[in-house]
Amino acid sequence: MTVDMKQNQDVVYDVQHLNLWYGETHALKDISMQIMNHEVTAIIGPSGCGKSTFIKTLNRMVEIIPGVRTTGEIQYHGKNIFHEDMQVEELRTRVGMVFQKPNPFPKSIAENVLYGPKIHGIKNKGMLDEILESSLKGAALWDEVKDRLDTNAYGLSGGQQQRLCIARCLAVQPDIILMDEPTSALDPIATGRVEELINVLKKDYSIAIVTHSMQQAARISDRTAYFLLGELIEYEKTEMLFSRPRDQRTEDYITGRFG
Amino acid sequence: MAYEAEWFQKLSEEQNPLVSKQDYVVIDSERIRRRVRKNNFLKQVFLLLTSLGIVVLGILLYQIVVQSIGWLDWSFLVSRLSINADKAGILGAILGTVWLMLIVIPVTIVLGVSTAIYLEEYARPGKLQSFIKTNLSNLASVPSVIFGLLGLTVFSRLMGLGSSILAGGLTLSLLVLPIVVVSSQEAIRAVPGFLRDASYAMGASRWITIWKVVLPVALPGILTGSILAVSRAIGETAPLVVLGIPTLILMYPTNIMSDFTALPIQIYYWTLDTVLTKEYANLAAATIVVLLLVLFVMNSLAIVIRQKFQKKF
Repeated sequence: MTVDMKQNQDVVYDVQHLNLWYGETHALKDISMQIMNHEVTAIIGPSGCGKSTFIKTLNRMVEIIPGVRTTGEIQYHGKNIFHEDMQVEELRTRVGMVFQKPNPFPKSIAENVLYGPKIHGIKNKGMLDEILESSLKGAALWDEVKDRLDTNAYGLSGGQQQRLCIARCLAVQPDIILMDEPTSALDPIATGRVEELINVLKKDYSIAIVTHSMQQAARISDRTAYFLLGELIEYEKTEMLFSRPRDQRTEDYITGRFG
Repeated sequence: MAYEAEWFQKLSEEQNPLVSKQDYVVIDSERIRRRVRKNNFLKQVFLLLTSLGIVVLGILLYQIVVQSIGWLDWSFLVSRLSINADKAGILGAILGTVWLMLIVIPVTIVLGVSTAIYLEEYARPGKLQSFIKTNLSNLASVPSVIFGLLGLTVFSRLMGLGSSILAGGLTLSLLVLPIVVVSSQEAIRAVPGFLRDASYAMGASRWITIWKVVLPVALPGILTGSILAVSRAIGETAPLVVLGIPTLILMYPTNIMSDFTALPIQIYYWTLDTVLTKEYANLAAATIVVLLLVLFVMNSLAIVIRQKFQKKF
């Protein structure tokens, strides 16, 4: 596989020969790929292909599941995330994650956004207010919620909750945001708004997004990786992958003959 | 599809009544009426059996309230104990119960909630965890008199606490500890995993996640369990009797090393001595009313907390 290599500082994640097992199940098989700075990287593939597992490995959230074993390396800005010097809390502070189902805390909108800054020790009221406003604006939610920042987040619609979760991520100024099928629980209109948001966010952030929708990958991403049965089949610029796939299996999938 | 068609045809061939056209269901109104009567009759029987328990409880309560009338008044609540039934009051027992709770509440909540947090959030599934869990449920089924013996051996004798409030409080704490642990474990387990994930993904440590996300969500469940456990402790007699609480204490308890008596103990002793002095039965009844009122208020509080603060996801 040849991915045109950019300068080294443009690489956020350099994954080398990553293998992962759930107990006896070999879920990721010898994955090597680079995730580029200020790009949207889409990861597609049929259910059970390992795409969610892969993205959860990037911030080591996958380790919460008992019985997970990995081999290989993932360099994050040149540092191996599996090295014993790497503190997982630090990694997860710099790497944001948005989940499949919106998961705000049962607290107020403001407390949700400020959860990260507060646990990292920011106490200054003026600074917190600033973070609150800029994060909600960044997630295109400010205008809808500015008059009810102290109401419970569960009063928001599903799409608003998901954008709140994005705002919660932005509040700690991550350099990459991992999204695990962020629109699969949303209706088409809310999905459209989140996609618009991703288009805006990519100016300032790197984004890796798992999606089951090939149309979504084609609409929003710069590069696309196709996973099948735990293997990385093809990783290319998105327009290349969808117009001239090199692997027969990729072509079968994107033309709908499989999956 | 093919299989279903085949099966259906086979049925028809066998002249199965389900698919035959022959009429065989005869509407027999008399028969249906009998069935309805039988149903109504059984309904009444079940209602009767259900009420039986409630009726017995009702009679008991009625008896107690009737016996306490004329005895339960303000001076009964604020007087010292006395051999003379007319002068006797239960302030000492009320204070004793309050002092006991001052030991039981912090000890059980700190030990119980910590144990639950360890078991649910920190302990890796393994031999140690299953050993503790098995023993917790064993502990919950140990008769309370045995806890009394444990308290007598360890707290009274070994640690030399005698029959003090501290010895009684620690004994009662051990007795209700499994209740607090198990209910806190359930409350913690009911906190959805996606909330923990959200917190971990923000770079929060395990403890911050427990403190800021898990415990606030689990709090109503933990409180409910703790209140029920404390009200169980308030009503327990057997372990305190084993500790050797004196029958007649005229002094009010002043600190955790004081000798004491408590409401259930006082009920027990007065009931025992009814053969000597008939009026003690009335004193016991009046004390029962006080104790039941306290327990009723606490259990209602537990229900209110559960209804009002439990969050749905």
